[in-house]
Amino acid sequence: MAQHAAKGARFQAVTANRLSDGEVVYLNAENGWVEDFAAAEIADGAEAADALLARAMPDDFELAVLEPYLFEVFAEGAGYKPASVRETIRAAGPTVRLDLGKQADAGA
Amino acid sequence: MYRYDEFDHQLVAERVAQFRGQVARRVSGELSEDAFKPLRLMNGVYLQLHAYMLRVAIPYGTLSSKQMKMLAHIARKYDRGYGHFTTRQNIQYNWPALDQIPDLLDELASVEMHAIQTSGNCIRNVTADQYAAAIEGEVEDPRIISEIIRQWSTFHPEFTYLPRKFKIAVTGHENDRAAIKLHDIGLVVKNNAAGDIGYEVHVGGGQGRTPFIAKKMADFVPKESLLAYLEAVMRVYNMLGRRDNSYKARIKILVHETGEAEMRRMIEEEFAKIDASKMLAVPQEEIDRISAYFAPPAFETLPAESEIFDAAQAEDADFARWVRANVVTHKQAGYGIVNISLKPIGGVPGDATDEQMDAVAELAAQYSFDEVRVTHEQNLVLPHVKLDDIKAVYDVLAAHGLATANLGLISDAIACPGLDYCNLANARSIPLAQEISERFADLDRQYEIGELKIKISGCINACGHHHVGHIGILGVDKKGTEFYQISLGGAADENAAIGQITGRAFTEETIVDAIETVVTTYTDERQDGERFIDTFNRIGMQPFKERLYAE
Repeated sequence: MAQHAAKGARFQAVTANRLSDGEVVYLNAENGWVEDFAAAEIADGAEAADALLARAMPDDFELAVLEPYLFEVFAEGAGYKPASVRETIRAAGPTVRLDLGKQADAGA
Repeated sequence: MYRYDEFDHQLVAERVAQFRGQVARRVSGELSEDAFKPLRLMNGVYLQLHAYMLRVAIPYGTLSSKQMKMLAHIARKYDRGYGHFTTRQNIQYNWPALDQIPDLLDELASVEMHAIQTSGNCIRNVTADQYAAAIEGEVEDPRIISEIIRQWSTFHPEFTYLPRKFKIAVTGHENDRAAIKLHDIGLVVKNNAAGDIGYEVHVGGGQGRTPFIAKKMADFVPKESLLAYLEAVMRVYNMLGRRDNSYKARIKILVHETGEAEMRRMIEEEFAKIDASKMLAVPQEEIDRISAYFAPPAFETLPAESEIFDAAQAEDADFARWVRANVVTHKQAGYGIVNISLKPIGGVPGDATDEQMDAVAELAAQYSFDEVRVTHEQNLVLPHVKLDDIKAVYDVLAAHGLATANLGLISDAIACPGLDYCNLANARSIPLAQEISERFADLDRQYEIGELKIKISGCINACGHHHVGHIGILGVDKKGTEFYQISLGGAADENAAIGQITGRAFTEETIVDAIETVVTTYTDERQDGERFIDTFNRIGMQPFKERLYAE
């Protein structure tokens, strides 16, 4: 698997796939899993990132999601964007099928 | 075609019921993901970037129209209206929900299909020449031994936890369309001097991080002894194959590290014991029973030429071009082998919609003795179509966007799902295939370039067979950005070869120009009658390098 987070990344978020259907989800400020990257909680700094990942993995997290992990994001305008092509594609959907994935819902 | 007996039915039904229970226990929390993951993988269920992915087995790439209709139905009901045909002659669905997969598998079982042996460290679904039983010069239909291997290998208790996955491919023809030398075991059906049928056995081929062409381990294993020989290969591998490092766990590494001669000695020692025991000697009546399923269809006696077919080509230039590229001579006079390209210009290689699958199923039922084949180059085949009927078939294909006339040409690329779907990928592959096919969209130019096999992988696992592309493209990740490495001179046929890397990688913006530079270097350098691979083999890498990296 490709590396998710570059060492020394400042901003990071936590993502996983939902157990029931594999949908890409993000941990939000209320420790809930949401489909929209824009609603993801962003950790500033390594310590905050570790704390965010710990919040994503309470004892029963596997009832909701698979394999939570941190990934790098960067600040742009008022919000954030995923740093890698991989996470950009996970946040949107296949670049070759713009009618599928989250990008399709957003455009509807 | 092979039909399930009561054991097959029971086996598949029990497996689906078992998986239904496993899914329920995973959802309720009784099973952890660590415990569940190997179980779902044994049933073809992967987790990819956006969703689960289910890989359905198509043994030796042969489907009935009823089965193809079911694949269309599943695409509609459980997925997003399409499926993806793979280099293993299988189909993958990209969006099934976990809790619906048991129902999906029940529906598949109703047409004698399943997802067993499509993942995990077992002997995988056996693949074979897509022109089986249709091409002139075949020694024997490779699907007969493929089906015997399928029955022997399914849930084989000794080989359920191998060091790594294990893939077997079979060709019954000297022209290899099944890439047998790139498999863990590749078999060539052949006759010995006495005219008996047996098998040339190649062991230890494969791609991935460390590509190898398979070594010929045996010249001729008699038919009745083949399972004993395969069991011997598997046993040596299972005992000695590395389990400490998944990158070094395939049999190709064992063959390489052990050496061909020592490997052969160990296999033959084991083979002698198993063969003498007669434990795995397939009874003749069983061979006959299975062979009967693959008996030739009831061909009509027809003239070799068809006036209808010839007249249609004279009238319709598009049809004539499609015939030239996609229709192959059949062994039976008056019939043709019809290739259906799943590589429309600008499309996704190997993808087919539910409607397209339905259309192909209906064509197979009406015109091709109810049979469809899937090719490892991600296309479909109607193996037995009367020449008189080919224009009618073409018209239906054209109405469904399935009449692209590019078989074996530059726009007929293999591409893995890549970073658009795959959890392992480092870079996207499909967009490259699309851009290349758009760049070379002009069919006259494609014909002028001639046979040229482009194969694209989005990571070093090489699902897109880049090592054996005449032009191979490998996507690599550099700090979250995609780059593409080119290799040249690979081949997947009977002259199998691993391509050589040209040099430093290209960016997403420059890679298609680089491919065009490679192509024009070839067209500038080629001599009369040479294909790309011939020119490359004559002039070597240097002229290509000079043009690619000229300042």
